Parts: sequence; structure tokens; C-alpha cells
Amino acid sequence: MTITLKSLTDERFVAPGRAGCAGCPAVMGAKMVTKVLGNNAMMVTSTGCMCVNYGYQGSTMFPYIHSLFPNAGAVISGIDAGLKAQGKREDVNLFAYCGDGGTVDIGIQALSGAVDRGHKFLYICYDNEGYMNTGGQRSGATPYKAKTTTTPVGDKQSGEPRALSHRKDMVKIMANHGIPYTATASVAYPVDFMKKVEKAISIDGPTYIHLHSPCLVGWGIAENMGVTVARAAVETCMFPLYEVENGIHYQITKNIKDKKPIAEYLKLQGRFKHLFSNEAGAEYMAEMQHDVDAGWDYLQKLASLG
Amino acid sequence: MSRQYITGCTAAAEAAKLAAVEVIAAYPITPQTHIVQTLSQDVYNGVLDAVFVPVESEHSAMSATVGASITGARAFTASSSQGLALMHEVLPYAAGLRLPIVMAIANRSVASPVTIFTDHQDSLPQRETGFMQFYAESCQDIFDLILLAYKVTENKDVLLPAMVCFDGFFLSHISEPVEIPEAEEVAAFVPRTKPQYPTMDLEHPRSFNAMAFPEHFEEFQRDKFVSMAKAASVFDEAAKEFQQRFGRLHSRIETFFCEDADWILIGLGSMMGTVRTCVEELRAKGEKVGMIAIKAYRPFPVQDVVDALKNCKGVGVMDRDVGYGTGGIVYQDVSRSLYHLDKKPHLSNYILGLGGRDVTKKTVYKCFEQVKTWKDAQASDGNDVFWPDENTKVWDTWGVGE
Repeated sequence: MTITLKSLTDERFVAPGRAGCAGCPAVMGAKMVTKVLGNNAMMVTSTGCMCVNYGYQGSTMFPYIHSLFPNAGAVISGIDAGLKAQGKREDVNLFAYCGDGGTVDIGIQALSGAVDRGHKFLYICYDNEGYMNTGGQRSGATPYKAKTTTTPVGDKQSGEPRALSHRKDMVKIMANHGIPYTATASVAYPVDFMKKVEKAISIDGPTYIHLHSPCLVGWGIAENMGVTVARAAVETCMFPLYEVENGIHYQITKNIKDKKPIAEYLKLQGRFKHLFSNEAGAEYMAEMQHDVDAGWDYLQKLASLG
Repeated sequence: MSRQYITGCTAAAEAAKLAAVEVIAAYPITPQTHIVQTLSQDVYNGVLDAVFVPVESEHSAMSATVGASITGARAFTASSSQGLALMHEVLPYAAGLRLPIVMAIANRSVASPVTIFTDHQDSLPQRETGFMQFYAESCQDIFDLILLAYKVTENKDVLLPAMVCFDGFFLSHISEPVEIPEAEEVAAFVPRTKPQYPTMDLEHPRSFNAMAFPEHFEEFQRDKFVSMAKAASVFDEAAKEFQQRFGRLHSRIETFFCEDADWILIGLGSMMGTVRTCVEELRAKGEKVGMIAIKAYRPFPVQDVVDALKNCKGVGVMDRDVGYGTGGIVYQDVSRSLYHLDKKPHLSNYILGLGGRDVTKKTVYKCFEQVKTWKDAQASDGNDVFWPDENTKVWDTWGVGE
């Protein structure tokens, strides 16, 4: 079945009422996932905003477990093994939905082990580029010069010091495990995302989707601007949309013909405001633009290999 | 039934196999490794119908065991030392989810300095995680206690995970004759029934590890506290059935010549075999001595310990562990048990056998000598804690304590 917005069911798979922030893109993303996976789903979330959103007020109408912070990959491995051992694995859409802290940093070992062993599950990382549930600290996914509460703006230095080109590339890390399917997605492109979820869950093996999901509070954006910011990330190629099959075959799923300058994305967010206040900021942005251009070129080359 | 000459690790693996575990998730660590090696061979040979998950760490070993158990599968794992320490975060999680997991622990101390040899400094500090803890004195104990652990942990009045602990090398790698019942006999003792606890199940969707606030959180802990207390009588009932089926009686404490003893040593693990021999020898010389081996450490057998110790003159608590700045861990539990007695025996504490140091008959005699002369009035600032086998040469060379 090809997913369109019209073809989606009206059925709800999560009870109404959230404890999270109004307009939270991570919650939007989760809702998109549940619309595809339905009531046959089992969900694991590691510690983060989603364990407040789904594990506090309002809950899923399918089995849900909040793992600990570092072990979503291992808990989901055990669920896969336990269901298989009892002959109950067949009809279960088993997925994890975890933040970037729980994926890129503290959870990377358990996730790496889980996909290495070839368990069948879909792991979605909703990437809000920092530890937003604990008040916006820096993570391994935080971009260059972003202001967080542990990379603040100060008199001596400001923002995350590690260049974009040196950021952990979680998508390539996962793709290079040789797993059948890896993809990026954005809350601003719901159909693209949901198609990827549908494709991934049908695969008999580990699959990974990295979902770009702005944090309204942590990034300093208005509550009605989450999707706009996410879209700008794609249009500037800060966050390109693509998928990788078997770790080799790259395909761009949203082609960007006229790439917007990254300032169009950065200026929408409070966390980059300090870049617009002085000349040094302009230099930093030029450096970032260079890294984004180089990254986009490289991705296009990978995709051209077929 | 067959009688086999096997190591403690093999006995543990054999018990898990006969308990028909469905998922094993484990990571190698000396001296536990043989358990999971044996089980993976069984799975690969097709004699054990289970899924073996070779995880990438002990943290993941317990996490995957939790994942399997919460789907309703009978799950097993094993660990030691640093591995158990790494697992620590996941232990109260498993207990809080009320999962009937059984874990074998081949006891080994923890770094630094690094050692691969035994003491109880790995498992005893995990005593307040909500896991039951059982300690074996022999390879037969290991086998029996794993089956008993499944019987108790799966009881719906308990539903707390269990560790079956045994001394690394002294038991894990030493071969002893072990009586192994037939698979059908074991299946009759620990049958696979529908899980008696909430599982992840599409028919009955539930949320697990949801958030609890102060008005509820304490009751979850109280509930585990009550279940842990119930585990004592559930164990006793299970032990009775075990005896009927297999002929061996296990009790939460094992007493030896305690009825009329003036001086009693109490402790746990393989060293209690040595104490047993010493008690026999001293009894032959007319000395009124006895000993207690604690088999169930959590729940702690407070009343049994009190009943066995209340009429003696002096008690020595042997700790193969150390509580820095206080005394041995077992000492704290024994002291707490005896406190409410009107007439208390004198109590002293012996830290020994750390990092694989042999607890010899000489060690045990030294403890008894000290127990006989010790008066509580002398105790202040931790001078009731003795190190009977301290190596004074090392003290002098290194200037320890200077």
C-alpha cells in the first residue's frame, strides 16, 4: 500500500492528552509512526521526552515499555528473542523511538550490538540535537556553534565547538553496520517519513530511521514553528533526506535543486542567534556552509553510484 | 536420575537446560564463562530449544533478559564481578518490573587492583536491588538452588528475580559428583505455565515502567518488600516439594552442631565447607562449637538466625567481603537480627578470603580462638572487626595504614 495523507486511518493508537510541550515535533513524529504501525505495534522508548509524553499522561493503546537510558537496543533485542522463542514474533511491529542522547551517545553500544546480531526491529531516533528533556544540554548530535546549556554563549567562547564535518554521522554509522535499511526523515515531510516506516517494518532484520525533530524550547523557536524549521533544514541541505539499502545503495528521497543558504535555517532559531551579532559569527556560518555543501556533494556522489 | 562428576559451571548450565529456559542472553567473563558456553553449545546442538543472545555487554545481558522475560519467556543469564557491577543499573529495573529472572553468579571480587579470584564483593553489594540471593556451598547446591530459584521467583506471591551465587574457581571450576534428575522430573517441579505476571502482549496492551510520583512510588517499593518477606515461606514450601521429588532438603540457613554450642561461626559460600570440618575436629576435642551456613541471603533469614544463635555465648561473623568504614556486610545483617534479644551473644567480625585468598582450617581456628575471648564491651571504633589472615609482611613493606 502506498501511503498518502488521505489513505491514513482516522483511528487513534495513542490515548488523548500529552504531558509534553505544545507543538512538540517528536510527538508529531511518534503519531505518524503509530498511524503506520497500528495496534500490532510494541514500542520501546529510552529515557527522554517520549517517556514523559507516552509514559506519564496518556498512553499507547499497544504494549509500551520505557527502557533505561542506555539499553533500548538491548531490551528490544530481548523482546525480539522472547517473542521468537514462544512463536509469537510474526505479527508484531516491534519498534524503538528514542532521542539522540539515548541513541548517538549513551545508547550507541546497545544499539550497535542489537543490529550487529540481526534482531528484527525498527529503531527510530528522533533527533532534537541535544539532551532536551533535562534542559537542553549538548549531545553528540549537537551541531556546530549551537548554544546549549552546556555549550552556552560566553565571553570567552560560544556554542558547540566541534565542526559539522566532525559530527558523529549516526546514519552512516548505522548504514555501515551493513543493515538492510537505513534512512533519514523529517517531521516536515510526513509522507516521506511514513513510507520509510512502512518499508522498514516489512524488512526481516534491523532497520534504522533518523528523524529530524526540532525542539521548540531547546532551540528557541515558537510553538507553531517546529515544522517550518524542520523544512528549512531539508531545504538548506543541513539535513538531507535519503535512504541506504544494505549499507551500500544510497538514494536521495527529496532532491533539492536550489539549495537555500544555511542562514535561512539558522536565523529561525534562538540557539544560533549569537552568530548574527558579530563578524566572527559570519565566519563561523561560512565555515558551516562549506561543510554543508561538501556533505551534500558527497551524498550526491554516493547516490550516483546507485 | 544420573550422578555426574561436573564443575559448578556445568551444574549451573545443566540446571538452566533442564529448567527449559527459552532465552539466554549473556556476555563472557571469568569465571562464569563456562556456563553460557555450555548453554550455547546445547542450543547449537539442538538439545536445548532456546534463543541464545550473545550480547555486547553485561548491561545488555540483563537488559535483553528483561526484554525476553517481559514477553513471557523463561529467561536466564549469568555473570561475575565487573560484569555484575556493570549490570547494576538494570537490576532494580528487572525487580521493579517483577520479572522472574534467574541469574547465576560465579563470585569474583571487583577491581582495583584487578583480580579474577573469588570473594563476595561483587554480589553482596547488590543485595538491595530487589533480587533474591542464594549462596551455594557445593556444586550440588548450585544445581538445586537454580531449580529452586525458578520455583520461587515464578510464584505469583513473589515475582522477584533471583541470583544464585557460588564462589569463582572454588566451585565454578572444581568438579564434584552432582545428582542430575531426568528432564521430566524437573519439568514436573518447575512446569512451564502461563506467566503469572503482566507481559507485553498484543491482546492485553499495557505500559511498563511508566512514571511514578511521590504519592505512588513508595508503595511499589513496599510491595516488593512484602513479596520478599513472602519469599521465605515460598522457599520453604518449594524446598519441601524438592525434597519429596529429589531427596535433598535445602533450608535458608544450614546449622551444624548449633543446639548446645557456646561458640558459633556464621557465613556463606564454599568456605563454610572448611568451617564444617573444623567444627567436627573441635567437637572431637570436646569444644562446644557450631556453625551456620547462610543459603538464602535475601530474604535474610532473621528469625532462623536468631533461633540458632540466641543461646550461645559468642558469635563470629565471617565476611568474604568488606564494608569500608563499618564492617563486613553479613556482620551488619547478623547484628541487626540479634539486636532485639534481651540476652545477646558477644559478636565479632572476621574479614577474610578476599580476592581468592584461601580460607584454611588455620584461618577458621584463629576465628574460633578470637570468638571465645571476645567481649562486646571491648568494641569501639571498629575494633570488633578482625582480619585473621592479614599479611603483615605486605603491611610492613608497603607501609599500609601509615
